[in-house]
Parts: sequence; C-alpha cells; structure tokens
Amino acid sequence: MTAPTEGRAIGAPRPRIEGPLKVTGAARYSADNAPPDALHATLVGAPVCQGRIVDVDASAALAVEGVVRILTWHDLPTFGPVPPWQAAVLNLPMQSDRIQHEGEPVAIVLATDIQAAEQARTMVTVRCAPTPPVLPGQGRRNLITASEEVDESGLVEGERGAPFRIGDVDAALASSAVRVSETWIQPSRHHNFIETSGTVARWDGDLLTVWDSAQASFIVPNVIAAALQLDPGNIRVIAPHVGGGFGGKGWVWPHQILAAAAARIVDRPVKLHLGRADQYTSTGFQPLLDQFLELGATEDGRLTALRHQVSNITSMTEVYVEAATEVKDLYACPAIDVSQSVEPVTVNLPTPMRTTNEGCGLWPLESAMNELAHRLGVDPIEIRLRNHADREPTTGRAWSTKHLREAYEEGARLFGWYSRPRGGRSEGNWRIGTGMASSTMGQIRFPGNATVVLQRDGDVVVRVDIQDIGTGLQTLLAQVAAEELGTSVEAVRVEWGDSDLPSTGPMYAGSGTVANTSAVALACRDIRKQLGEHSDTDDVLDALRQTDLPQITGDGRYELPNRVPMDMYGGDSGYAIRSFGAVFAEVAVDPELGIMRMRRMVGVYDCGRVMNARTARSQMIGSLVWAWGKSALERSELDPTTARWMSKNLSSVHIPVNADISDLITIAFIDEPDPYASVTGARAMGEIGATGADAAIAEAVFDAIGVRFRELPITPKRILDALAEMGR
Amino acid sequence: MTRSQILNDGGVAPDDPAGDTPTNQEPLAPALAVNVRLHVNGAQHAVHVSARVTLLDWLRDDLRLTGTKKGCNEGACGACTVLVNGRRMNSCLMLVAQCDGSEVTTIEGLAGPDGHLHPVQQAFIDCDAFQCGYCTPGQVLSAVACIQEGHTRSPEEVREWMSGNLCRCSAYPQITSAVLAAAEGKV
Ligand code: FES
Ligand code: FES
Repeated sequence: MTAPTEGRAIGAPRPRIEGPLKVTGAARYSADNAPPDALHATLVGAPVCQGRIVDVDASAALAVEGVVRILTWHDLPTFGPVPPWQAAVLNLPMQSDRIQHEGEPVAIVLATDIQAAEQARTMVTVRCAPTPPVLPGQGRRNLITASEEVDESGLVEGERGAPFRIGDVDAALASSAVRVSETWIQPSRHHNFIETSGTVARWDGDLLTVWDSAQASFIVPNVIAAALQLDPGNIRVIAPHVGGGFGGKGWVWPHQILAAAAARIVDRPVKLHLGRADQYTSTGFQPLLDQFLELGATEDGRLTALRHQVSNITSMTEVYVEAATEVKDLYACPAIDVSQSVEPVTVNLPTPMRTTNEGCGLWPLESAMNELAHRLGVDPIEIRLRNHADREPTTGRAWSTKHLREAYEEGARLFGWYSRPRGGRSEGNWRIGTGMASSTMGQIRFPGNATVVLQRDGDVVVRVDIQDIGTGLQTLLAQVAAEELGTSVEAVRVEWGDSDLPSTGPMYAGSGTVANTSAVALACRDIRKQLGEHSDTDDVLDALRQTDLPQITGDGRYELPNRVPMDMYGGDSGYAIRSFGAVFAEVAVDPELGIMRMRRMVGVYDCGRVMNARTARSQMIGSLVWAWGKSALERSELDPTTARWMSKNLSSVHIPVNADISDLITIAFIDEPDPYASVTGARAMGEIGATGADAAIAEAVFDAIGVRFRELPITPKRILDALAEMGR
Repeated sequence: MTRSQILNDGGVAPDDPAGDTPTNQEPLAPALAVNVRLHVNGAQHAVHVSARVTLLDWLRDDLRLTGTKKGCNEGACGACTVLVNGRRMNSCLMLVAQCDGSEVTTIEGLAGPDGHLHPVQQAFIDCDAFQCGYCTPGQVLSAVACIQEGHTRSPEEVREWMSGNLCRCSAYPQITSAVLAAAEGKV
C-alpha cells in the first residue's frame, strides 16, 4: 500500500480522476460507439403539432444510395405499457397515425452512412390531416387537486403541486400593513446540453446492449423491456460519460426505445445520435411558468401571509407539474396558501431542468421579498433574517442542520454588501447595481448500492453503476474509499457506467452524491467489519495480509428510512433536510443601448459537508452561469401559428458564452456535515446554485436603473422599452 | 447621433428562426467522390471519399477518431474544433474534399508520443476547466490556437476569443484561467 494520504481525503480539492480521459478525447460518449455493421438512424418528425398522419411517402428517400430501410408506425411492434416516473412519455410515438406534437417521430431512416441518412430524411414526405394548435394562453388551466389526478391516458399524478394551506391567508392579507402582489413569468427553456441525446443498440439473440446518454441508466432496461416486452435482465446498458444532462436525460425518452426497436426489426446494430434540431422535441424542456405571488407583512417586515399560485404548460396528453410551490418552507409565515394548475397545449412534454421546483419558485418569492424590503426601507438581508424559519414551517420539524444565517453573513462580507452604494452608481455609460437573494433546495434522496474490493497489493476498486455527468462524483467516491480505508486516493480505482456493476440510483436532483458516497462508505465499513473478525489491527491491508484471502469485498447498501425507494425533504428521518445559500450580484446596465453585463457574483452555500472543494466550486459556478442564462438570455418560443419551437439551433437560442461571464465569481461554503442527510454528511450541490440568483440579478437591475422586471429574460429590448415607458 | 441610433440605423440582425422543416428535394445523383491526400495527427491518408462528407464525420466514422465531438453540425457550438494547418476550424463546416494537402490535428494528436500531455491539456485539468467534458476537445484545440494567435493579453481578450466554443456546464471562468495559465507557461 502506498503511504496514507496526508490529512483527510474527503474535502480536498482533488483533480478529477477522469480528467486525463476528457482532455485527450479518450472519454467515450454514447455516439462514440459504432458496433461493426451498425446503421445510422435519423428521425423524421411530424410537420404539424397535432392531427393524423394520412400518408408517409418514402419512395424517393429509399432511392438514396446507402438507405437500407425506412420504418413507419406500421412497421413497429405494439409497445407494452411503460412505467411512469421512469419513462418520460407514456403515450409512445409511432404506435398509430396520431400526432401529439410537432417533431414527434413519424419515420426512422436507416442507412449505412450518416450522409445518406441525413439526406433521405429530408425526402420523406409526410401528409397530415392537422388539427389546429393550442397555444399557451389558449388552453384550459386545470387545477391540481389533493386527490390524485387521473388524466385520459390513465396517468396518475400524485401529490406534486397539490394545494396546501395553513392559517387564514385572506384574513392575514386583509389586515397586513404591507402587501406585495404581482405576477412573475419565466419562459420555456431547453436544456441545450452540448451532447445531443444518443442511443446505440445492438442485439445478440435475445440480449440487447445499449450505449446510452442517460442520467439514470438503471431505469433504461425497465422501460425498454416494458415497451418491447422482454426481461430487463436481458438488457445491458453502458453509459459511463454523459455530455451534460441538467435533467433532460433523467427519464427514458421515446428515441431510446425506438433505437432498440429499430435494431431488432432490421437485425443490425443501430446508432441514433439526435440532430440538434431534433433535440428540441425529442426530450423535454422547462415549461413556461406564470406565477402569482402575494406577501403580507407587518410594518417591521414580518411575514403574515404567503399566497402562491403557479401555472405551467404541459403537453395535450400528459401532465407535467413544475412544482414551483415547493418554496413554501423558506420563511416563517403563519398563513400559507399555495396551489398549482397546468395548461395543456400542443407541445412536447416538459421535464425537470436545473433547477426544477425551487429554481422556479424562488424567482417570484425572492423578487417579492426584495420588493417588500424596498417598500419598507429595510435591508434585503435584514428582512430575510426577520423571517428566518427556525423550524420547517409547514411541518414544524427541526432542520437536520441549517446555516443560512452564516451564509448571509459570509456572503455579505465577501461581496462588501453593507458598503455598496445604494440606488446604484454610474461608471461611464454604465449604471451599476447590486442585489441579493436566498437560495434553497430540498433534499431528494434515493437508495444507493456499491461494492468495494480491497486487494492484497493494496489496490482498491470501487464498483457502482453510476454515470459521469460532470459533477465529479467519481472522484468523490475515490476520496471516500481512501478516507474510510486509510489508503491513498491514488490507490483507488473507480469502475462505473455499466449495468453489470452494482445498480444504484440516478444522477439527478443532486441525489447522486448522497446515495453513492454513502454506499461506498458503507461498503468500506463492511470490509473493516469482516477484517475485524480476523485481526484487530486498524490497518486494513495489514489485516488482510494476516488472512489467506486474495482480496476482500465489501457491500454497501444505503437505505432510506422505512426503506422507501425515494424520499424528499427528509422523508421519515424525523428531520427536515434542505440546503440553503445566499447569492449576491453586481450588474452593469447601459441605459442607452439596453445592454446588461454580469460584473461579479458571490454565492455562499450550506450543503452539508463539502466532499471536494474543487469540483464543488465548479458545480456552483456552473449553476450561477446557468442562472445568468435564465435571467438575461434564454427563452424557447413557440411559433404562434404552428406551435413549433421557433429556433431549433444553438445560433438563435442564446445560451451564455465565455464573453458573457465575468471572472469575478466567488464561491464559498459553510462546510458543516449533515449527519441526517447521508452517511458522509454530504447534501446535494447540483441544483441549489441556480436558485434565487435570477431574483438577485433582477434586483441589481432595479438598483441600477429603477426598473422592476417580473418577466425573464431581461433582454436589451425589454430594458429599452421599460425605460422608454418611464420617459427616460 | 446617439449610440442607440447608430445601432438602430446600422440594422442589428433580426432574430433568425432558422428553419429545419424537411423540404422535398430531388434525389441526387450518386454522390461525387474525390481523391484527397492529407495528414491527420502526422499520419498520411490518401482517400477516395464522397464529396459531401464533412471532416467531422470522416474523422469520427471513418478514422474512428471520436475525440472530436458533434454538438450541432452547423458551426454554432465549437465541439468539433480541430486544427487545420495550425488554424482552428469547425470540422462540421469543412468538407474532406477541402483538405487536400492539409495537416489536421485532432485532440488525439495533441499529447506527446509518450502520452505526455500538452500544456493546454494539463492546464485544463489543473484549473478544473470542464465538467461533463463533451466540449473539452474543442475547447482545448481552440485554446491552443488562441494562444498561438496571441489573443491572450488579458482575461477579457481570452473570453472574447474563446466564445466560439460553448460550454453548457459553464466552466467558463476556469477555461479562461486555463488558457491564461498555459499562455504564460505556468503549467
Ligand atoms: S458540431 Fe461543429 S460547431 Fe457544433
Ligand atoms: S464541460 Fe460540459 S459542455 Fe463543457
């Protein structure tokens, strides 16, 4: 064994173990796999947003040299029912002549080379009997009720978005000294990961191998097996590296099933790497949200009432609830009334996106808190401190750990909050303003499984079927194993991304770190326990060498309280488990041109124990940049006559580029372990950084130019229009 | 004349809802093929290739050099960046047919023959300049060229000249640090 690591392995800013693979091009993503004899697939999307297919004429396309087969719904088997919460879409495409949204696959072109597949797909003629679109604002808003909603497809929608009430909000609002009552809007936005989704499928008799781009590979066999009616045990999924997910690759989407089905039909491997344009309708997006939020407060700024009514668009056939009301536990408030409705429109199904729930709900809540502070002449931090929730407001449970006060304090210090010029200042053509907000994200947890092998030569192997989506988890697992076993991090090898390894939970909602660092720690403790039966030395390798075993294997199973398959916000742990933070922004606005620039940002987060200071910092920088995109740049708009996404490319959908982002982003953590959240004391980090930052940025714009924006993104045109309206 | 008038009169490009609606085309005559000689990462290739094949698809599908990534296939993301005669190019926008006589360097050809990382590759690891890594081969090659071009005199200049490479994981500040560190020989 190499010398034990100096100090502690956990928390150290270790470089990513997969870094060399990524900078040399050796890291393999799904579309980098090409089994011999594989055909390239392209999809032909429905040209209208709803209606019926009259005829698909593939004759010209079939004449293209290299085209082997063109499949329509007539060629596909009838799929079995797929499981909800694993399959994103339950009404699978290519099962009938019905069109449910524009871009829905209606034909699959299979060719020996990608050039032929791309050319041929433009030559397939799809004739339709269209039905008129239903656009946002034209649909019927359906209130989600407490009882389970069952829609026409039989989908049961559970508690998400169910109404929640405590106290008498009407009375509290009527008697409140101040009231903020406004509507906030955020547009639909797509994930726009740089790796488009892709699936390579190969059959060997009854066995199916899938190279996939997925955030939760363990559910892929279940869904494909259900659709194609086979044994999930016959499906192997290989998915080590994923080129960005952000929620969009969390559930299993139809193209993954179609690739496997097509490969079976033609009896050859099939590679389906979605084109960029196809991505906009092949997976989900964060839906357009309209949020009415009302706060009542006393003269000294203590909240007396919170009303929050959320509406999001969904597809015509399935219900997706964007549970923005999940912010109701941020502040102490005696009267709360939240409700949620969904509006079906002719569009593909939305899905979670960084940051779902709180990321959506804090936009109005934190904006309203800033408006309240301004109305009362109270500092924005002070008003938040006055409403600090010492226990979870909706249940009265104690927090597992909560260090939000320290986050405000440290953030204010790092930013220089109390010495900022209030009401903005000028610098050349620019107006400079500052703003802040709280961040929060409730902990979502899944069970985890891992195996750790300690070998006689001192090598340690961690085995777990988890993806690398860029969070740095694989490095964390090596650090945890090293610390638990007292070895060096270099002695640990991590194997991941193959369903032949121990199955574990997903890589979304920040749950991967909690489940998998816990499972690895438990597996290491299992090794120690087994060795304890042979020897009482503390050195695991000495102990192993006192036996005649070639190696020793530890199994780690991380269970949630009451062995549930998933829990939220602490579940049955007896504690409320939630992360918190404080975010500060300084922006520059050019009132003549309407341009807005990020000058600097500070984020301080309480996410339990920091497992790796370097990857944690990157996660948070990525989140703040994500929030900048939401605040200043991004929107996916539907064409008002066709209900088709107007821009299906990375040129017209603006996402942040390097020049948009300041180097002056400061990240800090309140690095305190949470003993109730996980075995290692970690909580999730992937999402919280993108919550609240939009409200901080909008407040900074208000500080700079005196305009309150309640609709995102804050574009140059909107700035100029608002200033013109104010006569400036 | 105000600055906003100049902008308005100068005609800021309108939103461009670029179309991707399938359009019907006449079947093309069998694709024309051309003879091309080029070097890729030092190795010589003499190929007979269909004229419509992009450098990106040829590298990935024919040479199996899959380190070069496809993000958009239309010049918008930079994931496919390679060096052609030392200049950074979006390989999805170049045809192999245009590369006759060229020297192409992909991410696989950047490290030394002994596997020793190029300073830019090492700087990306040291500065944590990636997360998922999908944009990274393109970022690294773009950075190599950016440094050679001399566009590294300030963080602002690096940010501007590295803006052709999108990173949705948003490692931008770390990418800027890595480019500056490599440019200053601090690796
Ligand atoms: S793939 Fe070439 S620029 Fe995006
Ligand atoms: S590292 Fe993921 S896109 Fe750049």
